[in-house]
Amino acid sequence: MKIVILGGGVGGTIVANLLAKRLRAAEADIILVDRTGRHAYQPGYVYVAFGKTKAKTLTRDVRRLLRKRVKLVLGEATRIDPVGRRVHLADGRVLEYDRLVVALGARLVPEELPGFAEAAHHFYTPEAAAKLREALAAFQGGTIVVTVASVPYKCPPAPAEAACQLDYYYTKRGIRDKVDIRFLSPLSRVFPIETLNPLVERVFADDKIRSTIFFNVESIDTKGQTVTSIEGETVPYDLLVMVPPHRGAKVVEDSGLGDRGGWLPTDKHTLRTKAHADIFGLGDCTDLPVSKAGAAAHFQAKVVADALVSDIRGLPATARYDGRVVCYCDAGRNRGISISFDYEHPPKPPRSLGLRAWLGKHFLNRAYWHLVPTGRV
Amino acid sequence: MAMATSKRIVLDARGSFCPGPLMELIGGIRQAKLGEIVEVWSSDQGSRKDIPFWVQKAGHELVSVVDEDGYTRFVVRKAR
Repeated sequence: MKIVILGGGVGGTIVANLLAKRLRAAEADIILVDRTGRHAYQPGYVYVAFGKTKAKTLTRDVRRLLRKRVKLVLGEATRIDPVGRRVHLADGRVLEYDRLVVALGARLVPEELPGFAEAAHHFYTPEAAAKLREALAAFQGGTIVVTVASVPYKCPPAPAEAACQLDYYYTKRGIRDKVDIRFLSPLSRVFPIETLNPLVERVFADDKIRSTIFFNVESIDTKGQTVTSIEGETVPYDLLVMVPPHRGAKVVEDSGLGDRGGWLPTDKHTLRTKAHADIFGLGDCTDLPVSKAGAAAHFQAKVVADALVSDIRGLPATARYDGRVVCYCDAGRNRGISISFDYEHPPKPPRSLGLRAWLGKHFLNRAYWHLVPTGRV
Repeated sequence: MAMATSKRIVLDARGSFCPGPLMELIGGIRQAKLGEIVEVWSSDQGSRKDIPFWVQKAGHELVSVVDEDGYTRFVVRKAR
């Protein structure tokens, strides 16, 4: 059997390593295809923007993270042929598969919002985060607007975290009284998770972050420096921090396998794609109704690996993804929050933000490389 | 989870807490063309308040709210 995994991010790497550990060489060839050969720890990008981390510390060679038996192919998948069970690469190579795992992540498409590239800062790539760091350092006062270009986007709490970090950053700089932080939320509340929203609203009140709800960005006026919502409000900014628009993976779209947003329609429990049972969808590139985050892909990867082992051994596939997500948020001022939930159980609200969860986040930032891609936890 | 038929997008957001059914609906409305129907299924009690409120604020049309066994179907027409 040939198992081809597209993407060397959190999900793809864990699946490859778990399969290499559990399957004998005679049972399967495990091939992982990655475009760049570099694996990035994306939760670290926001720390680049605030000058706490250097971007080069946030990536590793995919090869170094994979068990020896996994064959790494550097290349870009440009077409998936589900009938012929083949993946075509940009350089003309063709890979045949018996089972395919699509773990390509979400794609940033700033070009979908006119004015974005010119006017907006963000922290969703290391380059953008470094540019934002310079803009924050040069900023002497005025209104900073923090918002998202559209939904869905990776790591739903990230903009709220960034707003809290901005408060801390300018407080330390001694010019917080000259900086107005405005948070524009696309939803009916400031934080995506209802049970945690009252706590986050208290934090925003304490940190003097002004929030507006139901603000889904329609357009940016780069000359007038305003942003307008589809609900009809216009807000002025001096510095705009906006999560860029996202779509699913290009190869999924180009192969006619995506929905209108390019997301791969995937069964929320079995993680098999709805159209093809021999193709699995994993992580941010899917249409699963959970956070687009490594914190979700991590748990999905184990289910995909279990299902693949069952398929190969001719056993009934019983593995089910229960919607589990576990993550940490950093609210600045050495305060953190840990969040865990699944399809059946909403997150429990903690009494307050704490040092323990903040330490947990910083522990994970360092221990990630040893614990997560290897499949150890 | 989206199933796109000719003029209807059905989003099964049952069990979705983060980002949640409203965010699924907003994403669906952005993908839809004018006049098309977006239907979102939610098991989250908060949706009963959130979704009609947003649909009204954003100027779309709430065609129907249908209670099913353990979840609710919100049928929305993109109106602008």
